[in-house]
Amino acid sequence: MKVVVDYFKDILGGIKTLITGMKVTGKYFVSPGEIVTQQYPENRETLQMFDRFKGEVIMPHNDKNEHRCTGCGICEMNCPNGSIEVISKWEIVDEKKKKAIDKHIYHLSMCTFCGLCIKTCPSKALAFGQEFEHSVFDRSQLTKILNKPNSVVTKDLKE
Amino acid sequence: MFLYDFTQLTSSIHSSLVESFGEGALTTTIELAIAGVAYLTFFAVLGLFLVYLERKVCAFIQNRLGPMRVGPWGLLQTIADFIKLLMKELIYIKSADQFLFNLAPFIVITASFLAIGAIPFDKGLQVLDFDIGVFYVAAVSSLGVLGVLLAGWASNNKYSLIGAMRSGAQIVSYELSVGLSLMTIIVLAGTMQFSEIVAGQADLWFIFKGHIPAMIAFVIFLIAGTAETNRGPFDLAEAESELTAGFHTEYSGIKFALFFLAEYINMFIVASIATTVFLGGWMPLHIPGLEGFNHVMDFIPPVLWFFMKAFTVVFIMMWFKWTFPRLRIDQLLTLEWKYLLPLNLINIVLMAVVVLLGWHL
Repeated sequence: MKVVVDYFKDILGGIKTLITGMKVTGKYFVSPGEIVTQQYPENRETLQMFDRFKGEVIMPHNDKNEHRCTGCGICEMNCPNGSIEVISKWEIVDEKKKKAIDKHIYHLSMCTFCGLCIKTCPSKALAFGQEFEHSVFDRSQLTKILNKPNSVVTKDLKE
Repeated sequence: MFLYDFTQLTSSIHSSLVESFGEGALTTTIELAIAGVAYLTFFAVLGLFLVYLERKVCAFIQNRLGPMRVGPWGLLQTIADFIKLLMKELIYIKSADQFLFNLAPFIVITASFLAIGAIPFDKGLQVLDFDIGVFYVAAVSSLGVLGVLLAGWASNNKYSLIGAMRSGAQIVSYELSVGLSLMTIIVLAGTMQFSEIVAGQADLWFIFKGHIPAMIAFVIFLIAGTAETNRGPFDLAEAESELTAGFHTEYSGIKFALFFLAEYINMFIVASIATTVFLGGWMPLHIPGLEGFNHVMDFIPPVLWFFMKAFTVVFIMMWFKWTFPRLRIDQLLTLEWKYLLPLNLINIVLMAVVVLLGWHL
């Protein structure tokens, strides 16, 4: 007798779980809530990428045209496919020779967006930007210099 | 009241043809050609629409938009896809059995053609009205598996063969449930003729008339019917994640399109049978005792009633597909032989008792 009861319990339990599943999908069908599809070229003006989106490597500058890059070259060493070239120069600060960044060259065409440069930067000088429309007509346009002209390293690197 | 008898239309066409060509082979041939062209057009439009519907339903269930680019709301997307498929190269499979390989898609599509001919869309709007209509549809709709088996065998590909063998095991098992659940209603209806079955539901649909046993039979028919059409969650014959595409792995271009079309048409056929046998076919919703309500319902044309009901069932099948995960082959056979079949046998006895004692409504 117990076998028979269990058999029908089994069926009812199965139906219950199936209905639970169908309720979920049915709810989404009637009221989808947030539609995840982005109609891209049309919504270009309003499209917001999410925070962790890996668009391209950028070097944030503050309003005084200062960045945080010391030119140590750790990003260059950590880059798996050589997308980064750091060209440093010697500056005389307080009658002492000090290494500083001259050009931080970033080859977007070779970058795999692994993020190792950003992760290993000791002074948090690099970040991922949200820009993702990278197509250009000439490959040389994909080689970018990340530090802006006449920019200097910020005084308060410790923060 | 929009109850237009389509036999008037067909008999007027027949008499005008007899006038111009006389009684004989020529008239019959022309009539057959007209029916064939009508059904081909219906197939194409229906197939394209069902594919579009499937993509949209799936998209809405998954919080997406679905096709939106070609035409307004992507309405022309499936037409574009179809044109693409027509123009694609037919890849020649060197080690395939050429004759069987080419024959298989036609068997599949012919089986769905044969089955849809017996479905009454409206009064008189059907090609075949056998007195054993239900039996006929059950017989020809299972011919489709022959094409699937042939396709799997002739492709000379291990994925195709595994897919075809699974499909064979599946159809042989689930054909029983489909047949028995239809038989439950035949016990109630007392006839196998589709037109008679629909006429018998003029006062109340069979699913309500036969109450508990009819509803159990309806659920079993839906499950078994979904399995018969090789659709998810019973799509073991194609199981993309395991067998690439199962039996139609090697097919390309228009031959693939035929398989694809047949799958969707079969879904519609199962929905039509469910509509005709359980949900009153083209009969409007009538409730005994509510004269005013019945009269209002009569104002909706019967063809519309039929398609409304059929597409509701189609939607339920799509809902199944996009909700449930695919079953394993042993789970599939357990479901049939240990659950559906015994329940079905009990149910048919229950229905016989209900009919004998006059407990139906």
